[in-house]
Amino acid sequence: MTPNIFAPASTPAFAIRELAVFVIGITGVIFFLVAGLTAFTLVRFRRRRGDDGREPAQVYGSVQIELAWTVVPLLIVVVLFLVTARYIYAIERQSPPPDALEITIVGHQWWWEIRYPKLGIVTANELHVPVSDPARPTPAFITLQSADVIHSFWIPQLAGKMDVVPNKTNRVWIEPRQPGTYVGQCAEYCGLQHAGMLLTATAHSQEDFARWVAEQRAPGRDEAGARAGRERFASLACISCHTIRGTPANGVFRPDLTHLMRRSTLGAGVIPNTPQMLRAWIDDPAVLKPGALMPAMKLAREDLDAVTAYLLTLN
Amino acid sequence: MSVLPRTMTPAAAAGTSGSVLTALHEWVVTVDHKRLGIMYVATGIIFLVVAGLEASALRLQLAWPGLHLVPPATFNRLFTMHGTTMVFLVGIPIVFGFGNYLVPLMIGARDLAFPRLNAFGYWILLFGGLLLHFSFIGGDGLYGAGSAPDVGWFAYAPLTSPAFSPGNATDYWNLAILVAGFGTIATAINMVTTILTMRGPGMTLGRMPIFVWEILTISALSLIILPPLSAAQIMLLLDRFLGAHFFDTQAGASAVMWQHFFWFFGHPEVYVLILPGFGFASEIIPVFSRKVLFGYPTLVAASAGIGLVAMGTWAHHMFVVGLGSGLSAAFTLSTMLVAVPTGMKIFNWLGTMYGGKIRFATPMLFCCAFLFQFLCAGLTGIMLSVAPFDWQLSDSYFVVAHFHFVLIGGLVFTIFAAIYYWFPKATGRMLSERLGRWHFWLFVLGFNLTFATMHVAGLLGMPRRIYTYPADRGWEFWNLVTTLGVPLQIAGVVIFVVNIVQALRSGPLAGADPWDAWTLEWATTSPPPSYNFEVVPVVSSRRPLWDLKHPDDPDGPHE
Amino acid sequence: MTPVGTSAVSAAWRGRAGVIGLIVAETSLFAVFVVAYLFYMGKSLNGPFPKDVLELPIFITVCLLSSSLTVAFAVGALRRGRTHAAGIWFLATVVLGAIFLIGTGREWYGLIVGRGFTIGTNLFGSTFYSLVGLHASHVTIGLVMLTLLCVFAFRGALRHEHIERAELVSWYWHFVDAVWVVVFTIIYLGRG
Repeated sequence: MTPNIFAPASTPAFAIRELAVFVIGITGVIFFLVAGLTAFTLVRFRRRRGDDGREPAQVYGSVQIELAWTVVPLLIVVVLFLVTARYIYAIERQSPPPDALEITIVGHQWWWEIRYPKLGIVTANELHVPVSDPARPTPAFITLQSADVIHSFWIPQLAGKMDVVPNKTNRVWIEPRQPGTYVGQCAEYCGLQHAGMLLTATAHSQEDFARWVAEQRAPGRDEAGARAGRERFASLACISCHTIRGTPANGVFRPDLTHLMRRSTLGAGVIPNTPQMLRAWIDDPAVLKPGALMPAMKLAREDLDAVTAYLLTLN
Repeated sequence: MSVLPRTMTPAAAAGTSGSVLTALHEWVVTVDHKRLGIMYVATGIIFLVVAGLEASALRLQLAWPGLHLVPPATFNRLFTMHGTTMVFLVGIPIVFGFGNYLVPLMIGARDLAFPRLNAFGYWILLFGGLLLHFSFIGGDGLYGAGSAPDVGWFAYAPLTSPAFSPGNATDYWNLAILVAGFGTIATAINMVTTILTMRGPGMTLGRMPIFVWEILTISALSLIILPPLSAAQIMLLLDRFLGAHFFDTQAGASAVMWQHFFWFFGHPEVYVLILPGFGFASEIIPVFSRKVLFGYPTLVAASAGIGLVAMGTWAHHMFVVGLGSGLSAAFTLSTMLVAVPTGMKIFNWLGTMYGGKIRFATPMLFCCAFLFQFLCAGLTGIMLSVAPFDWQLSDSYFVVAHFHFVLIGGLVFTIFAAIYYWFPKATGRMLSERLGRWHFWLFVLGFNLTFATMHVAGLLGMPRRIYTYPADRGWEFWNLVTTLGVPLQIAGVVIFVVNIVQALRSGPLAGADPWDAWTLEWATTSPPPSYNFEVVPVVSSRRPLWDLKHPDDPDGPHE
Repeated sequence: MTPVGTSAVSAAWRGRAGVIGLIVAETSLFAVFVVAYLFYMGKSLNGPFPKDVLELPIFITVCLLSSSLTVAFAVGALRRGRTHAAGIWFLATVVLGAIFLIGTGREWYGLIVGRGFTIGTNLFGSTFYSLVGLHASHVTIGLVMLTLLCVFAFRGALRHEHIERAELVSWYWHFVDAVWVVVFTIIYLGRG
C-alpha cells in the first residue's frame, strides 16, 4: 500500500503525474547536458603530468555565448510556465458536476473528522467514496476545515495535498477511477502526534458504496447482551466528547463512535482495531499514542470490560 | 617595488604573546574584522557539529519503522533545533564570518566601517545561540523535561499560540532568533557601508572580487528581509505575553499571515545563504583552472537579479495553503524566473574551467562536487516550482532532500572549499591534502547516499517531521539507506576537525600566496598583520596579482 | 593609522551609508506592522472599532512634525558654528517630541483605563497598540539621542566638527516623523 505519487488512481493525481513526467523530462535533459558538459570539462582540461606550467589562454567572456545561455533558459521557463498554468487552472477551477459527493473534513489534533452532510453520516479517519464512472461522474468534493492548528490532507494516489487551516475553508477534489484502498496522512506538522494522524480512502463500486452509506446512516446497534455496557457508557464522561447516534451520547469534540467497529484502526491509524487494543485504548490512550488528547478514563475493571464489550457491538 | 611585506612568522604577525588569559582577553575584546571573522566561522562550525548530532539522532530513529529510540516529544524538539540551528547559527555566522574576514582584505581596506558594531554583531549572535540552547535545560514544557522548542524551524501559527504551545519552549525560539537577527542586521549595515565607502585606490565596484559583490548583495537583501521576521516574532511575542491576537484564529486572525511574513524573510534568506557560496566558487574555480573568471559582468548582474527576483518568490512555500490559481501561477513564474540567473552561474563556472588546466587540490574537489550537486538542487527546485507538482511534493521528504542538496551539497561544500582555500591565509599554515581527500571522499559519498535516496521516500508519499512511520508503506528501505550515509558524513567531519587541529599545531608554513592566486588578500602575509596591508597596492584590474605576475599581459585592457 | 581608501568625502559617507542602511531596515520593520494593520482592518470579531474610540491627534501631530523643522534648524546652526543656538533648537525638538509622547500616553490611558480597550481586546487593539507603540518606542530612542545632543551643546562640547554625527541623528528623527505621517494617515484618517 505504498502511496506512490507515480501510481495515481484519481483524476487530479493523474493530471499531476502527466505534468510531473513532462517536467522531469525537461529537467532530466538539462541535467544530462550540463552534467555531461561538466564531466567532460573536468576530464578534458585537467592538468596533465609533464605540463609546462604556462598559464592557458585567458578568456574573459563572450557576449554571444552568454546571451545564448540566458535566452535559452528563459524560453524554457516560458514554455514550462504556460504548461503549468494550464494544469493549475484545470485542477483548481474544477466545479462539482451534479452527481458529485460533498464531504466535509475537519482536521483535529490528531484525527480526522469526516462528514457527509447530505447523507447524514459522520465518521472518522477512514474516507469512503464511490468509484467515478466517466459517463456519470461522481467525484468527491471535500471541504477542509480545522478545529485547532494547521493540518494537511494528503492521499498521494488520489490528489495533491491541501492544507487544513483554522479560520479558512479550503476545497480539494478526488475522483477515483478504480476500486481500492489508498493511504495517506497529515502532511503539515501539527504537534506531538503529527506522525499519528493517518488517513485511508476506500473507493467502492457504486453498489458497495450505496451499501456502506446505508450501514453508516443506521443508528448505533442496540444488542441486548450489551445493554449493561451501554448504560454504563451513558453514565460516564465519554458521552460529553463522543456521539453514538440513537443514544444520549452526543459529544462533538471527538470521533463519532456509532459504527466504530467498521473502522480498521484506532487512534487515526496508530493501532489496529481489535478487542484487546480497544480495551487498552480506553484504559489509557497515552500508552499507545503518547500525547493523545483523550484522557485515561481510569475505569474499574468491570466497567472497562462492560464498556469495551458494548463498543465492540457497534458495527 | 614589491608589495609583499617582509615575511613574518604566523605567531609574530598574530601578535599573540604571554599567557592563555592574555590571549583570551585579546580575542574577547577584539574589534579586528579578521579575528571576528574567525570567531564567527569557528562558532558556526561548533553549532554545525551540534546540529549534525541532532540530525544523526533523527536519522537513527527513522532508520526503521516503529523504532522507540527517540520519544516523539524529543524528536519534535530535535528537528526544530536542527533546522533553527543550521540556518541561524551555522549558515548565517559562517557566511558573514567569511565576509568579515575577506571583504576588507579583498577591497584594500584596513577593517570594516564600524568595528565595534562588528563585535556587537558577533556577541549578540553568540548570546542568541546560547539562549536557544539553554532551552534544553531551562524549565518544563507541557510534555516533559526540557523546553527546547518543538514547533518546527518556521514555527507556524497557530501551533505557536499559547493555547497549543504552552510553557516557554516557543519563547526560547522566538527570543533567541529575534536577538540574533538584530546582529545580522547590524553586520549587514556594516558590510554595505564598508563596500560602498572604503574601497582602496583603484578598486572600483567593477573590479571587486565576485565574493565581495555577493556579500554586498546579501547584506542589502538582509536589510530588507530580516526585519519582517523580527516583526512577525514581535507579533508572536505580543500574542504569547500580552494577549494580542495577531495569529489567534479564534479572534478572526489569519494563520496564513504568519506564513506570508515568515517566508517573505525565509525565501530570500536561502539566497543570503547560498550567494556567498557562489562567491567562494567564483574565487576558487578560476585559481585552480588557471583561467580568469568567464563573464564577470554577467555574474554580477546575475547576483543583483537573484537578489531582486528572490524577494518575489516567497509564496512558493505556500502552494498548498490554498492560495488560489492566480497567486499559484504568479509565484510559479517568479520562482522559475529566479532559476535563470542562478543556473547561468553554473555556465560561467563551466566557461572558466573550459580550456584551463585544472588542478584538483582539496578546495577544487569540493567545488567540483558542488557543481554537480547544485545542478541537481536547482533542477529539483524547478520541479518544486511547478505548483501542481508541488501539491504532491511539498511537505514531503522530496523537499527535505531538495533543500539539503542546496544547503549541504551547495553551501556546505563550498564552505569546506573556502576553509581549505583561506585557512592558510588566516593561520599561515597549510591543511593536509591527504586528510583533505579523505574528508572529501567520505563526505561526498555519505552526503549523496543520504540525500539522493531521500528524494525517493518523498516520491513514495512520506511526509516530513514524523517521528516514525507505518511498516507497510514501502519506506523502510529508503530510510535505512538514508541513515547509512550518516556515519560516513560524521567520519568526514571528524577528519576535517583533526586536519584543522594538526595543521594549527604543525602544518607546513603557507607563505603569502600558496595557491598562486590573483586577488588582494594574497598580497599580504599569512596571517595578515592587524592593519592588513603595509602598503595597499593600487589596483587597475580585477586581478591585481595577475597584473603583477604578468606585466606583459595585464587584465585591464581585456575587461 | 588612517583607514586606507578613505578621503574626507568617503569618511562622511560612512556614517550616512550606515544610517541609510538602518533606515531601510526600520522601514521594512514598520512596513510589516502597517501591512498587518491594513489587512486586519474591518476583521475584528467584536468592537470597539477605530471610529468608536479614535480622535484625530492634531495637536501632537503638529508638534511632532514641527520638531523636524526645529532639528533642521539645530543642525543648520551647528553647521555655522553656533553651538548655543543649536542647543536651543535641540531643546525645542526634545520638548516637542516629549509633548507628542505625553499626548500618546494620555490617549492610551483613556483607552486602556477609561474604556478597557487593550492590545488583547480584538484585532484592532493588537494592530493599533503595536504599530503606535513601535513608533513611540522609536520616538523615545530619538529623544534620548536628541537630549544628549542638547546637553553636549549647552556644555560647549558639541562643535562644528561633530556636524556629521548631529546630522545623522537628525536624519533618524526625520525618519521617525515620516513614519508618523504614514501611521497617522492609516490609523487616524482611515478610522472610518
